[in-house]
Amino acid sequence: MTSAVEEMYQEIILDHYRAKHHSGLREPFAAEVHHVNPSCGDEVTLRVHLDGDTVTDVSYDGVGCSISQASTSVMTDLVIGKDVDSGLALHEEFLTLMQGKGQVEPDEERLEDGIAFAGVARFPARVKCALLGWSAFKDAVLQAGAGDRRPEEG
Amino acid sequence: MTTTPTRPAEAPTQDTTAEAGYDVAAVRQQFPILARTVAGHPLRYLDSANTSQKPERVIEAVATHYREHNANVARAMHQLGAEATEAYEGGRSRIARFIGATRAEEVVFTKNASEALNLAAHTLGAGLREGDEVVVSVAEHHSNIVPWQLACERTGATLRWFDITEDGRLDLAAAERDGLINERTKVVSVAWVSNVLGTVHPVRKIADWAHSVGAVMVVDGCQGVPQLPTRVADLGADLLAFTGHKMVGPTGVGVLWGRYDLLASLPPFLGGGEMIEVVRMTGSTYAPPPARFEAGTPPIAEAAVLGVAADWLDELGMEQVAAHEQAITRYALEGLQSINGLRVLGPTEAVDRGGAISFTVGDVHPHDMAQLLDSRGIAVRGGHHCARPLHERLGVQSSTRASFYLYTTQEEVDALVEGVAHTVRFFGGTP
Repeated sequence: MTSAVEEMYQEIILDHYRAKHHSGLREPFAAEVHHVNPSCGDEVTLRVHLDGDTVTDVSYDGVGCSISQASTSVMTDLVIGKDVDSGLALHEEFLTLMQGKGQVEPDEERLEDGIAFAGVARFPARVKCALLGWSAFKDAVLQAGAGDRRPEEG
Repeated sequence: MTTTPTRPAEAPTQDTTAEAGYDVAAVRQQFPILARTVAGHPLRYLDSANTSQKPERVIEAVATHYREHNANVARAMHQLGAEATEAYEGGRSRIARFIGATRAEEVVFTKNASEALNLAAHTLGAGLREGDEVVVSVAEHHSNIVPWQLACERTGATLRWFDITEDGRLDLAAAERDGLINERTKVVSVAWVSNVLGTVHPVRKIADWAHSVGAVMVVDGCQGVPQLPTRVADLGADLLAFTGHKMVGPTGVGVLWGRYDLLASLPPFLGGGEMIEVVRMTGSTYAPPPARFEAGTPPIAEAAVLGVAADWLDELGMEQVAAHEQAITRYALEGLQSINGLRVLGPTEAVDRGGAISFTVGDVHPHDMAQLLDSRGIAVRGGHHCARPLHERLGVQSSTRASFYLYTTQEEVDALVEGVAHTVRFFGGTP
């Protein structure tokens, strides 16, 4: 028997946690941010590099729980190679999923491995863990000078 | 997903600590919340250093106060006002007796221990100058660091601190070598018992040292007063801060005990009603302690009921509470250290040690640990426990903390050890 909590830890999440994608800080980068979750001390330093409109790299170094680490790993898979608007739109979709208290049906076509975090939305204390890397990405992209490139469809 | 064999059915609670001078199972029956389940499992509440659970008598006393005696204190000229004042001042006398204070006026009620420490730092800080030094330790709770940082920023005084040894005790030898406490030292403020490491600090020795240079000794008693018999004169403190909710009392009330002559020499903290003598538009004079430090309507019901909590604890016997704490801590240290890769932060033996055990195990993050344990009904704390500098000193980002109290059983500790081992397996380790 597995509990609801153990179901929350999908294999996808554990796989990303054990072998994080795009981990480590790389050069060149257009912006670097440092985000902290003060209640638990989780931290991430995250760099974004852009080529025109395209997110060419997201690199990071962080300490944190499996949820925050895996979520950051999944995020890099999703946004690297996309244009900035698409990356920010994915952030919005992921945010909606996380704030949905488990009632939002994720779109696998768009969020790919990110749908594994649907169960996290049922545990309010962990939502901020799942959002740490995504929030850092958004912040870094805006600092990289792409702040006026938000998608019009919101 | 990993599955584990379910535990064989057994009596939900049994008195398994022979060292306890009381019947733990009978005591547990006085705590209604300990009978509830979490996620389909019996609650195993191992977070008492965070807040303790409350016995029926304390819970009932809150309701009785509001049902029968509710009024504001000290200013209402009617029967209920007299009863509420008597209940509030009764709480003060009772707490004075609980900690061996010579007079009730030495007990100041605050909203929590953080406010008590801020009161101490603010009022003592009024006498600090550039060149003065304030000494804390790297093992303190943020509540015993940040108020002193603020006082030093305001006055230009310098904050210094005790380091710890590898086994998690205050490094007195290094402090002596470095002249940590010297003629410039005006205040020394350390915890009696560390909320992370569980270490019982040699407060008396440090107090004597502080007094030898004319410094004021402040003690954070949050983890000490609930667990150990308290006699302020033996402790050597000039000011002692603690909180009600960790000693089976209600939230919303803290205590700053102080030597009367010291309190009488300190300026006010917060301004407002009840802390004054005469108010004129050109200036005011202030009430003597403790009223000087209790502006506004105080936590009346909370302070009154804290007296009931003190009654309850004294009936059980603080010597017995301390003995049980010692026994259950020893048992838990043995159990937890049987897990492969588990590192206990702080003393690994139950000597001069309170009932909080913080640990790390492999690379399992404390958040994940706490959540997996919660899914088995086991409540622990994961994070830096409001002691980030200490975690940094120990080279870890965060830890999982299990903490025990007078109602904790060996069976609960067994469930913890099994839960930790299960969590290690779940994340792919070998416990």
